[in-house]
Order: sequence, then C-alpha cells, then structure tokens
Amino acid sequence: MRRLVTDTMIIAERNLIRLPRKPELLLAFTVQPIMFVLLFRYVFGGAINTGGLPYVDYLIPGIIVQNIAFGGFVTAIGLNEDVHKGLIDRFRSLPMARPAVLAGRTLSDIVTNFLGVCVLVITGLIIGFSFNGPVSHIAFGFVLLLLIGYAFSWVFALVGLVANTPESANSIGFILIFPLTFISSAFVPTSSMPSWLEAFANVNPFTIFVNAMRSLWLGTPAKNYVWGAVVWAVVILVIFAPLAVRRYRRTAGS
Amino acid sequence: MSAIPEAPRSPAPPTEGEAAIVVRGVTKSFGEVRALGGVDLDVPKGTVLGLLGPNGAGKTTLVRVLTTLLTPDAGTASVVGLDVVADAAALRHRIGLAGQYAAVDENLTGLENLTMVGRLYGASRAAAKRRGGELLERFDLSDAGDRVTSTYSGGMRRRLDLAAALVAKPPVVFLDEPTTGLDPRSRITLWETIENLVSGGTTVLLTTQYLDEADRLADSITVIDHGRVIASGTSDELKDRVGGERVEVVLEDGTDAERAVAALAGMSDEAPAAQDGLVSLPVRTRRGVIAQAVRLLSDQGIGVDDINLRRPTLDDVFLALTGHAAEEPAAGAEPADETDGERA
Repeated sequence: MRRLVTDTMIIAERNLIRLPRKPELLLAFTVQPIMFVLLFRYVFGGAINTGGLPYVDYLIPGIIVQNIAFGGFVTAIGLNEDVHKGLIDRFRSLPMARPAVLAGRTLSDIVTNFLGVCVLVITGLIIGFSFNGPVSHIAFGFVLLLLIGYAFSWVFALVGLVANTPESANSIGFILIFPLTFISSAFVPTSSMPSWLEAFANVNPFTIFVNAMRSLWLGTPAKNYVWGAVVWAVVILVIFAPLAVRRYRRTAGS
Repeated sequence: MSAIPEAPRSPAPPTEGEAAIVVRGVTKSFGEVRALGGVDLDVPKGTVLGLLGPNGAGKTTLVRVLTTLLTPDAGTASVVGLDVVADAAALRHRIGLAGQYAAVDENLTGLENLTMVGRLYGASRAAAKRRGGELLERFDLSDAGDRVTSTYSGGMRRRLDLAAALVAKPPVVFLDEPTTGLDPRSRITLWETIENLVSGGTTVLLTTQYLDEADRLADSITVIDHGRVIASGTSDELKDRVGGERVEVVLEDGTDAERAVAALAGMSDEAPAAQDGLVSLPVRTRRGVIAQAVRLLSDQGIGVDDINLRRPTLDDVFLALTGHAAEEPAAGAEPADETDGERA
C-alpha cells in the first residue's frame, strides 16, 4: 500500500512537471473553455430563456461541469502516448505498484482540473456571474466538481489504453461524452426540448451534476441532486477504475 | 536516506549450473499467430546471448516473457532462479529492460527520466538523482542531462534508455534491438557501451536482426525463426556449419569470369561460383591457397584486382539455416519495424 502511494505520487509528479513544457495543453485548459463561455454568454445566451435566473448564472455551473468531464483527456492522450512509445513496457517491467501508473495520471488530472475550474470561475465572475449560497456550499461545489472530474479521468484512462492513436483517444472521448453534456440541463432548460429528448435529459447524469452545482452555487432547489451527483460520480469511478486497471495489466506496447 | 536497492547478489536457488536464464518449452500465441512455438534456452551467468532472427521471428515476444510483460501459454522460464510468472514481482527488482523504442519520457530531462526510474525501483529521491548523475556521466550524456529529451538525437535517446535499464544495477539486462534504426556511428558507440557493461559481469540477452552486431557482442548466438530455435552455438560454431573458408577473387575484367572459374576448378571439390566479376570458392585449408589461386589465374593471363580469404559470415549462416536472408521481413506477431537503409 505504501508502494502504491509513493509510486502514484512519482507518476503524478512526472505528469505535472511536463505540463508547463507543453504550452498547447495549457492552452486547451484555458483559452478554449473561455471562448465557449464567451460564445454562450454573448452569442447564444440572449436567445435562451432560463426563467428567473440570469443566463450567465445559469451557464457557468453547466459549462464548468462540461469542462471538468473532459479534463481527463490529458490522461487519455498521455497514456496512449506512453503505450505506443514503450514507456508502459518499461513501467511494467519495474518493481512498482501496478495501478500506480493510472492512479498517478488521474491524480495529476485533479490538479489540472482544479486549474481549469479556477480559470472558468474567474472568467465567470468577470462577466457577471455571482455565487448565491453559504461558503460551505460553494466549497463543497468545488469538491464535487473535482470528484466528477476524477471519475471521468478513469473513463478516459480506459479510452487511452484502448485507442490506437492519441488522436483517436481524443475523438473517442469526444464522441462518447460531448453529446451527453449537451443533452442535459448544462446550457438550456430540459423543458425546452422535445418530450422524448427531455425524458432522456432528465435522467442524464450530466443534468444531475449540473443541477447539483446550481443548487450549491446558486441556491436553486436541491431536491436529491447533490446526493445523486455524488452517487453517480462514485458509480462511474467504481465501474471504470477496475476496468482501466485490468486493461492496463494486459496492455503490451505495440 | 536509502540507497538504490541494489539487486541482491546472493546466489540464486540452485538451477541448472550457473545459468542466469533458463527457458524450457515456452510457447505463446496471439490469436491465430504462434509467436513462440516451444523455445528452450540457457544463458550462463556473465555471458552475452545474441538472439538473432528476422522481424516477426519471436524475439521480442521472448523478451517480453522473460521481463514479466507477457505470460507464456506453456513451458517455464526463470531468470536468476526466479520464475517469470510465480516470482514476477521479485524478478522485476533484478532485471533491466531497454526496448526497441527508447522508452524515455520526451517531456522530462535526461536526469529527470533516470531519477524517476530510480525512485520507482524504490530509491529515495536523493539517491536516485545521484545514481542518475553517475549514469549520465558514464553514458556521455552529462552535458545534456538537464535538457528535455525531445531535443536528443536517436543515439542519445538509446543511450539514455540503456542507462535507465541499469539504474538498479541489475544482474541481468535485456536489450531488445538496441541499435535498430541508429546511424552507423551511434551504433558503434552503443556497442562499446554494451561491451563495457558486459566486462562488469552483467548477463545480457540481446536481440538483434543485425548479424554483425551478434558477431561482435555475443558470446553465443541463438538463431530463432518463426518462434523456434533453429540453431545455437558460438559464432564460429555456426559458421562451421555452413562450411569452411572461401577464397574470393575480384577480377580486373568481369568478362574473364568463365575462364577464371575453369582455371580455379581444380582447387576445390565444389565448383567456384562467379557473380559480377567476383569469383568465390570454398577451400579446406588456408595454407598457400591465395598464392595458388593467383598463380593459376596469372598462368591464364587473367588480371586479379583483389583476392582474400574469408570465413562465412552470419549472413551465410542465416541463409543456409532458414532459406531466406536475415533481413527479409517475415510475417509474425511482432511489429514490423522499417529499419532498412540504416544498416552500417
């Protein structure tokens, strides 16, 4: 167990050292999400009726959830490169704890995800977003976001191990998750969708995540959203982490 | 502060004599493809075994089995007395692997790469860093140690990869095609590095598709094709299998070839072969054959540009054993590396 913790930290450190050396990654964390925020706030937002809430308040929790779900793409691409460049073979031939390569990856995602959340929250505050709730709720909102991001990192870890190239790892993740984030309450109220789609959107975990964030940060009715969000994140984690570890054990570099 | 846990030197449990690597009847298939079809192998301690074969012969698969990356379908294999399946975790402390791909993290510096590997072997950060510095110096990479490895040349990456395999001073090192894709000068530098390593008593299993590499580095050679061992022995023993020495004559005028063949026919039981102005014939003894050949040719007024005696190369051996040239790509489970044109 001590080995697992130490080795996980070593791998996480390795992933974080390289971050400032890959400016294109930092760009992906910052510029792209900001562009989306501005696009929805100023271009689409005026046409979307969100009832009593100003659209900027409605938007920020939604777009942050969408972003954090994609934070794991760093893991997918990085792992895929490791497989194809033979680094995974090296790691597997070392006397290190087996799950550490994946655990280290996903751990470093928490750091990058946190950076991403901060960038978006600050952007939101600049363009008019405001929190409405006790500090404890706001803080728990951050924790919940990181938990969601961590769960999806394991989804991406599996994708990264299965995909043939880093590019396809990226697009598999995109194709799987991107539609799910849109068919939810992230950008528009689900009641504006056709009834068959609304039925799906209402049970989509992304709707639960986003509604949970709105209740924590904006004081909207909580219902069972927060608990539901935690349960969903844990379920995703419990399913995908063992799948990814199992796949890793069998992976041979190509 | 813990030092790099040096692989324990205590004598291994009694295996067959002083063998560092023992392989018995190992098979491995990937779906329909039989990558290893029952391989037996013994590598004595402190020696270099050259595992020679074309792409897809099963070399890399065997290395993967021996380094615990793959589980064999059948058969047993042990390294320093530790079974590759049952004792895999303990074995990983005592082996080093340098693969075909120069497995270094391109976004880390040379020193960061070695330090990471050292820590993953269980060393403290300080000890791992110290050992990394030592290895950088030994592999002539000190000046580049603080540079990100994406700026390294192919040869530098291979050296760093090899250094990473040696971080824990393992008693057995596996080198999977260490010079594939390198330019001739880098190959020679790497050869010298490997030779130094061996002189320190390390057991090395080296795969290669380059016959000159096996010839130069290996104490004994195992030739493998289509997942089976087809020959093994020292380089000399293998060469003896294809016959003795040959005299090779380069003619001044290629059109003299037929006359030259006729003139030399009496020297050998076999008929001389002529191709592109080069006439070669097998001979049983070295003594006097050059003088005799020159005399026979000059008696006929045939001009000789060059003449030499040569032992058969491993190329001749490979061709004789497998019926195809060593570097002809064969179908198989291994990834086909396009490495032509890089040969020295």
